[in-house]
Amino acid sequence: MTRYVVRRILWGVLLLILVSALTFVLFRILPTAEPARLRAGRNASPRVIAELRVDLGLNKPLITQFWLYMRGLFLHGDLGYSYTSGASVRSLIFDRLPATLSLTIGSAIIWMAIGLPIGIVSALRRRTRTDRASMGVALLFISAPEYWLGLIVLYLFAADIGRVKVFPGAGAYAGLTADPWKWFTSLILPWLVLAAGFAAVYARLMRGSLIETLGQDYIRTARAKGLPERQVVLRHGVRAAITPILTIFALDVGVLLGGAVLIETVFEIPGIGRLNYDAITHADFPIIQGTVLLAAVFIIVANILIDIAYAYLDPRVRYS
Amino acid sequence: MSPPDHIVTTEAYQVSAATPVSPSSSPDPARPADAEPLLQVKDLRVSYATEDGAVRAVDGISYELGRGRTLGIVGESGSGKTVAALSVLGLTRAEGAEVGGCIEFEGRDLLALDERELRTVRGNEIAMVFQDPLSSLHPLYRVGAQIVEAIRAHQDMTKAKARARTIELLDLVGIPDPAKRVDAYPHEMSGGQRQRAMIAMALANDPKLLIADEPTTALDVTVQAQILALLSELQQERGMALVLVTHDLGVVADMADDIAVMYAGEIVESAPAERVFAAPEHPYTWGLLRSIPTLDGPREELLTPIPGSPPSPLAPPPGCRFHPRCPYAQPEHARTNPELLSTPGQPDHRVACLLEPETRRGLWRELA
Repeated sequence: MTRYVVRRILWGVLLLILVSALTFVLFRILPTAEPARLRAGRNASPRVIAELRVDLGLNKPLITQFWLYMRGLFLHGDLGYSYTSGASVRSLIFDRLPATLSLTIGSAIIWMAIGLPIGIVSALRRRTRTDRASMGVALLFISAPEYWLGLIVLYLFAADIGRVKVFPGAGAYAGLTADPWKWFTSLILPWLVLAAGFAAVYARLMRGSLIETLGQDYIRTARAKGLPERQVVLRHGVRAAITPILTIFALDVGVLLGGAVLIETVFEIPGIGRLNYDAITHADFPIIQGTVLLAAVFIIVANILIDIAYAYLDPRVRYS
Repeated sequence: MSPPDHIVTTEAYQVSAATPVSPSSSPDPARPADAEPLLQVKDLRVSYATEDGAVRAVDGISYELGRGRTLGIVGESGSGKTVAALSVLGLTRAEGAEVGGCIEFEGRDLLALDERELRTVRGNEIAMVFQDPLSSLHPLYRVGAQIVEAIRAHQDMTKAKARARTIELLDLVGIPDPAKRVDAYPHEMSGGQRQRAMIAMALANDPKLLIADEPTTALDVTVQAQILALLSELQQERGMALVLVTHDLGVVADMADDIAVMYAGEIVESAPAERVFAAPEHPYTWGLLRSIPTLDGPREELLTPIPGSPPSPLAPPPGCRFHPRCPYAQPEHARTNPELLSTPGQPDHRVACLLEPETRRGLWRELA
């Protein structure tokens, strides 16, 4: 097991280097604005731009730039400096991480708490009105783009522009340590909007997985033992049906921790996604590179964690 | 076919006081033997609604089983024998089957019970052993825990006590080192051990009736005999009644007191086991018997398969359901579905065949 985990981590590191190389190449090759020109401000002379290119190291060959970046990263954990503000990318990311963490974790709790029970009830009442209604609503939420949904709820419920002024609107985010109450209330709408689509997906996943599980022979055995139906469903059915869903859950959380770009933008939450979005509009390459790397780290870590968790969730799984 | 008729003829199946019940299981040996059979199935009908129409998996079968007795239900796959067995515990309900008729267990109609009442019977008074022990055990729980769960579903017992009882049960069914194996997961056991564990689970609450649905089909040939011997031994020790569902007449040959042969959802012949082997009267039973290989027969002797295949349960043939495959069928057999009737001189041997009893006996003499 330990050997397996170590091997997975080493592979993960290799993968991260590959991801970095790919982002490096992609953003340099693709036609994008010249970062030096953006940095230099309006009507800058070619000489200023050329000097800036030297300052930012953009005049060096691509491979050298990559080597310097990797060396800084591995030796000092240095992710470089923003082209536009000159701030350290690492500190920028750490500043923004709490907001993204708050958004993701809160939303994940909500979508699991809503989606899974709906899925279970739908599976048990298959082809009834309850099932059709909940699956229909689920489909609606899956189809609704989250930025659209975000704008709708802001229009309806935001304290500033809303029809019914209930929740703080966009840009109300405050850090958890700074103002816990404001942190909580400002995240209610983003949590719900982000959770809506996922809850719908997870309800459908849970329904499908449970229906399949309930057809298994061991469910018949559980009934033949004389267990109450509730126990048959929860202890025998759901327990088995939920394992594949947890894999997807880990990946989804991993992806979101890399930044929920749309939600963070609509609600003006200063998270990783928002950071990334701003960096892209400014061709701020070091930040893009940093956030992409961070997202990759989260996804790889989520993958390794779920594989480890699987060994505990399913005794048949053994790593060697 | 009018159902009430053949219910009247079922008395022949009752077990008399002459059948001894093992002393270990009956606390009061002086108790008069029950005149009433343990299990009485009357005109059981099970149908499923499918996209292509209603499937009548079981179409009006009746049988009786006395305490401590063994009934073998034999038939090809698709004959309805498994559905008939599952229906006793109401396990076809969950699949949306429509069940009709009457299943009386100790005088109570199991079909009339609600889920809650039925639960007190399941795994307690009637237990079941299934075909494939690997898929029938929950893959994510330890075998011991699954047996503990079965005990605690019906007995108010602490976990520690139930665990101790589980180890006893595992020992009883012949699992070596039960104190250690109690914590094994199903995938860590061999097929034979898994089925032993399933049997231990079934015995957990001392059932009066054990229904074993093809308990050896998924196992290696060498293990099959061991499992059958175990079942037979446990049954004798505990005076349990046993319904053994199988496609293999060989399996029931040594174990069953009575045999019911099913074909296309109906019982076509039922009789004491010796009679089924010595003087079968239904052409389908003949076919089953003649397709069993024997070790002492001449090697050149070919097995005789039954021609054709079982009818579609969606559209069973009119008249006698076996007539399309029956070598002795007459044109009029396509019109009347025979009733299960006692054969002359043998009240407990019943056959559903349109041939005259004399003709049938003559034909079997020629074949045998």
